[in-house]
Amino acid sequence: MDRSEKMALSLGILFLVILFGAVLYAKSQAGVDLPGCVTDVEPYSEGKVDTLGDKRFQIQYVARMWLFMPSEVRLPVGSEVDIYVVSHDVVHGLHIVGTDINLMAVPGAIAYKRYKFDKPGVYYVRCHEYCGVGHQNMEAKIIVE
Amino acid sequence: MQAVKVSAGFKKMVLATILFPTILLILGLYHGVLQAYYRGGLINDTSFLGLEYYQGLTLHGVINAIVFTTMVIVGFGHALIAYFLRKEPNLKVAWLSFWLMVIGVVMAAWAILSGKATVLYTFYAPLKAHTLFYLGATLLIIGSWIAFFSWIPVLRQWRRENPGKPVPLAVIGIFSTFIVWFVATLGVAAEVLIYLLPWSMGLMKEVDVPMTRLLFWFFGHPLVYFWLLPAYIMYYVFMPKLAGGKLYSEDAARLVFLLFIVFSIPVGVHHQFTEPGLSQSTKMLHSLLTFAVAIPSLITAFTLAASLEYAGRQRGATSLLGWMFKQPFFDKNNWFFAYLIVGLIIFIIGGFTGVVNASYNVNLIVHNTAWIPGHFHMTVGAPVALALMAIVLYLYSQLTGKEIKLKGLALLVPYLWALGLIFMSFAMMYNGVVHGEPRRTNLGLTYLNPDSPLFKPEWVPYGKMVIIGGTLLGIAAIIYFLVLFATMFSKATSEGGTISFPVAESLHGFSGARWLDSFKPWIIILVVLIVLAYGLAIADVLSSTYGTSPGYSPVSPVPIQ
Ligand code: HEM
Ligand SMILES: [Cu+2]
Ligand SMILES: [Cu+2]
Repeated sequence: MDRSEKMALSLGILFLVILFGAVLYAKSQAGVDLPGCVTDVEPYSEGKVDTLGDKRFQIQYVARMWLFMPSEVRLPVGSEVDIYVVSHDVVHGLHIVGTDINLMAVPGAIAYKRYKFDKPGVYYVRCHEYCGVGHQNMEAKIIVE
Repeated sequence: MQAVKVSAGFKKMVLATILFPTILLILGLYHGVLQAYYRGGLINDTSFLGLEYYQGLTLHGVINAIVFTTMVIVGFGHALIAYFLRKEPNLKVAWLSFWLMVIGVVMAAWAILSGKATVLYTFYAPLKAHTLFYLGATLLIIGSWIAFFSWIPVLRQWRRENPGKPVPLAVIGIFSTFIVWFVATLGVAAEVLIYLLPWSMGLMKEVDVPMTRLLFWFFGHPLVYFWLLPAYIMYYVFMPKLAGGKLYSEDAARLVFLLFIVFSIPVGVHHQFTEPGLSQSTKMLHSLLTFAVAIPSLITAFTLAASLEYAGRQRGATSLLGWMFKQPFFDKNNWFFAYLIVGLIIFIIGGFTGVVNASYNVNLIVHNTAWIPGHFHMTVGAPVALALMAIVLYLYSQLTGKEIKLKGLALLVPYLWALGLIFMSFAMMYNGVVHGEPRRTNLGLTYLNPDSPLFKPEWVPYGKMVIIGGTLLGIAAIIYFLVLFATMFSKATSEGGTISFPVAESLHGFSGARWLDSFKPWIIILVVLIVLAYGLAIADVLSSTYGTSPGYSPVSPVPIQ
């Protein structure tokens, strides 16, 4: 390796280290994390919303060909919500647009992520994985007011 | 190196292997343009001229990304072996490989066209396709393995006859490509043979969905390097020569190919970041290993830039960046260079957006949005596609002895392609991230249909850009096939039956390091990393998923009996 090669490579690696550092920082300090394994929740088949406490909610979504249950949820601003999703049939996706809730609904596993809805408005809950001929119809709402 | 004269049988076999998938590509690209029209809101229907959206999307993915790539890469590999090792692979075995691939493709194409396999090119269970779809995919893969197996004895013999001589760089490249391919396809072969095939034949009632996904992505990520590495061979070995320069460092080039063997397989979970059933620590490990793949890419960026700089200075560039403009961009007799350099420039964006996808939690912003097809058309849809389209023209012309016709138009193709792609990809990437436009979705029916309650007016401008981009891409594709057919129907100007490649000398030659001339140490590291990275992933899936699923058809929420 000659000098310019070494320099280019070191700069490149430095760049990657900074990027990865930012990822780790966001994970540990800002709490932006990926979903992981869920083993402490029983598999369920009914979509529902539960109140867990003051501004604490739990939504259990069921994704099925071609709708989400529940299809509309109303929450007060500032709600902190535990969001679960399971699939009733094939693979679906659940993306709450404008948030970092981006989950796959895979038959045989429970997906989970928590989110705090600080801004009022209509949040679209959209299926973003092909799930058959009705896939483009699969959109639900969360209304935060 | 002198041109090599090939046997008539070999010539026929290579021509068949590259032309069959190229003709099919017409259908794949046709539906690409239609997808742009549906997604732009121009077509507000479930189907167009008898082809349903998702059925066409399955064709688009399968033909463009699996069939066209695999078969052209195999044909290119045969030509590289014959040229650089000066010996043709066994012809009977090569024909066997060809026919297996063709039969496989015909089976799968029949299943898709008759509407029995609208499962997209990822065929995620529990959507169930016709048995012939899975069988066809298996035959295609086995056919490609057999071609690879026919090269191994040729290399062995070459090594025996040329003791002490380093294996030519292009051969290191194509062997790395197929080692990656072979190991990767073991994953999908397991998925199909253990799960999907018996399930589709009714021998097994239900299927373990999380496990099939894990096996699929064991294959799905290295698949992208299988596409990319042949383009890299052209970038490293041919492009410096076409630019009138030299390869900056052969050691670097060798290291890059060999590093891809190591890092390409154990990172598939980065396609499953948002999935349940896999732990955060497994995901983090795969994210980190994916970042490691950026290292060969950085070396590539440097080495190729340095090679082009050398060429530019040979042509009289003096200022710091002047060499960038002193390249033969618009020389119609050097059209091959244009296909490569245009793809390479687009790949810079494709590479950076890929780092975004791989960045663990950042993936939450982009996963399964239109950003993703925006990104990968800048990797496979331009650099790889253009390089393979170019090599088809190039080999066709050499083997048949026909001069490329309409060279001015041939030169126009990559530029028009790039322009269209930039429109299409940028619109999809932006609207995907900002408004959550989903991928794999017939937007024309709902989100971009003014008569639908789900209509999103703020998406309309991006839809228009996708329509413009798709149209430009379509025109570029038509021109490409015009050139190919004009050449086909022209008279041969020489005898043909030869292969010669524009091979660059290196500025800093090969140091002779043994570890840069052998695959073994790299394969060993690869196996260790696979056991580690996939051992963890399999343990996650086994411990946190439950049950199995019956099969579904894409048209009904009721399971198939
Ligand atoms: C005329 C040129 C092309 C156009 C207009 C085009 C257009 C598109 C569009 C709009 C999509 C998104 C569809 C959706 O997510 O609903 C798509 C998907 C895709 N394209 Fe292309 N494309 C072109 C060429 C290519 C090429 C050359 C390749 C690969 C060699 C390719 C590979 C793919 C793949 C793998 C997908 C994803 C399919 C899936 O998600 O199942 N495309 N294309
Ligand atoms: Cu869906
Ligand atoms: Cu990948």
